[in-house]
Amino acid sequence: MLEITDLHVEVEGKEILKGVNLTINKGEIHSIMGPNGSGKSTLAQVLAGRDLYEITKGEILFRGKDLTELKPEERACEGIFLAFQYPIEIPGVANTYLLREALNSIRKYNGLKPLKHVEFGKLARDKMKKLHMEDDLLKRSVNEGFSGGEKKRNEIFQMQILEPKLSILDETDSGLDIDAVKIVSEGVNSMRSPERSFLIITHYQRLLNYIVPDFVHVLVNGKIVKSGGKKLALELEEKGYGWLEEAANA
Amino acid sequence: MSIELNSEIGSYLSGFEEFKKKDIFSGIGEISELRKNAINKFAELGYPTMRDEDWRFTNLTPVSKANFKINDNGINIDPVMLKTFLIKDLETFLLVFINGRFSKELSQIEQIPEGVTITTLSEAKDVKKEVLSEYFGKFLDFETEAFNALNTAFFEDGIFIHVPDSISVNKPVHALYISHEDEQSMVNSRNLIVVGKNSELKVIEHYVSTSETTYFSNVVSEVSVGENSNMEHFLLEFESKKAFNISTLRVQQEKYSNIKSHSILFGGAIVRNNVHPVLAGEGGNSLINGLYMSNGRQHMDNFMRVEHASPHCDSRQIYNGVLDDNSRGVFHGRIIVHEGAVKTDAKQTNRNLLLSDSAQIDTKPQLEIYNDDVKCTHGATIGQMDENAIFYLQSRGIPKKEAETIMVKGFTGESFSNMSLLPLREYLEKYADSWFLNRTDN
Repeated sequence: MLEITDLHVEVEGKEILKGVNLTINKGEIHSIMGPNGSGKSTLAQVLAGRDLYEITKGEILFRGKDLTELKPEERACEGIFLAFQYPIEIPGVANTYLLREALNSIRKYNGLKPLKHVEFGKLARDKMKKLHMEDDLLKRSVNEGFSGGEKKRNEIFQMQILEPKLSILDETDSGLDIDAVKIVSEGVNSMRSPERSFLIITHYQRLLNYIVPDFVHVLVNGKIVKSGGKKLALELEEKGYGWLEEAANA
Repeated sequence: MSIELNSEIGSYLSGFEEFKKKDIFSGIGEISELRKNAINKFAELGYPTMRDEDWRFTNLTPVSKANFKINDNGINIDPVMLKTFLIKDLETFLLVFINGRFSKELSQIEQIPEGVTITTLSEAKDVKKEVLSEYFGKFLDFETEAFNALNTAFFEDGIFIHVPDSISVNKPVHALYISHEDEQSMVNSRNLIVVGKNSELKVIEHYVSTSETTYFSNVVSEVSVGENSNMEHFLLEFESKKAFNISTLRVQQEKYSNIKSHSILFGGAIVRNNVHPVLAGEGGNSLINGLYMSNGRQHMDNFMRVEHASPHCDSRQIYNGVLDDNSRGVFHGRIIVHEGAVKTDAKQTNRNLLLSDSAQIDTKPQLEIYNDDVKCTHGATIGQMDENAIFYLQSRGIPKKEAETIMVKGFTGESFSNMSLLPLREYLEKYADSWFLNRTDN
């Protein structure tokens, strides 16, 4: 599904990612953990196509296609979804309007007919119920005046509507109470399938109690310094990142 | 024969002497007296300059130095052309003025509710003389406002609406002012609207042009709203991109009356939009809503003066601007809370979206409060297109250009959402969309 080879990324002349290698196969859940400033969010933004970052070296293939050649909207249409760490507020644009435009844009790209208002409404209400979201969130402006938890749930809601092939969750659990973490996790788990992959970026091991990853990678100072199974997350929880940072700098 | 005016004040004085000879309102003593005082006042004040505090952001030299003429020949346009200015699916009482002159052929004012008068000012002098005499110029200040003085001296026609007590007028009035091949002309349109108690009225003032000519529309609309009545006023300013438009809406509100004023500005080279409601009776409400969208070298100046003269009144000013290219905008929001106007609740917001690095906005709130126990707030924002938001929308599969359109829609939507008359809203939304889509990237 996703193959990242020796990826180097700079922002304003400063190298943030220093040779990342990562392969995610169909149906797998990978987790990237790491201390603050290690480059986790940069990796997420680069995959989604943010132009603030310059790729100086390396390759990203998504289902065989060179991802770096595609615009952000084309990546979304190809099946990449990023749940933002800090979802953006868009005053005056109703949540439902954004989502219908987005879904129909993706459907059009993939040669499907647009959904009618009624069909979309039904789909949206079904998904919202599962995420314990109030119906009025559909009418409200995108993320405007949403609580932190509502914003994160809204990201998961968008993911459920758009049904991406690869979902990248950028610290979706940060700042959430345990009930909200459970709801978000159910949202993700309900979408698990042999056809779909996930990349869960997190600082804390807590989320991985609910979304059980197949692989855990530790990103330190722009490089993956250790990879392992789900047990690695527990080890990190116990020991912190210090021992790996020391090893990386040594 | 037309009256020639140049940059010398003397030409306005001699022009007035000419004008007076043919004044169809000369039979009404009060109006003749007002005109005389007004031209003298205008001669004394002259055109405002940037040294005037209330005009410090607007350079009127292109207006004050221009040669204008006041024409007296009637003209008509092809009804096919008229159609392009009508609002789809909106049934109205339609009054059409071409170069300031009423066109009976193009207007449609049949089946007016009984007791209601919807006509022209020139017609009103014969059919509603007592209302005209009582209300004309009653609340308008031309002692300090040069353009009001100029209009009072030289006005020729405009709409006249009288709604007696307890009548809800079933259709909006659409007053359409078309400038047609009227290079260098000055047109002083004057509108008078009087609404009694417990009544309801919606009026659309719509200024358009058939070609990109230079002319000067100097408009005054006086509105009096009786106790417990509702009035919604729309100013749609779609003048030629070379024209000057100065318009003043003066609203007098009795107790428990509600007014909504919407100003939508798209046209004009130099535009000044004065909105001046006075909440004269307790429990009144004013919504002062506006949207200005400018490009090229357009200059749009919005001057609000909201006066709270009675207790328990609410006012909301919501003005949004979208500015592109080298255009310039001004928002000047003055709230005056007079002595005794306790429990005043006045809010003001002005948001601006700059689409180019060389667009400019000056925004200035001004609160004058002569009273305790009031709530007044104001806020202004100036920003550019939010790149993070654009990326967010793109990451959801929406192409960049569409994402930008959605952002602008979100911004303008606030202004439109305050309006009733759905077909008009849709018309304006479409216009705003195409305004943005047709912009040249810079």
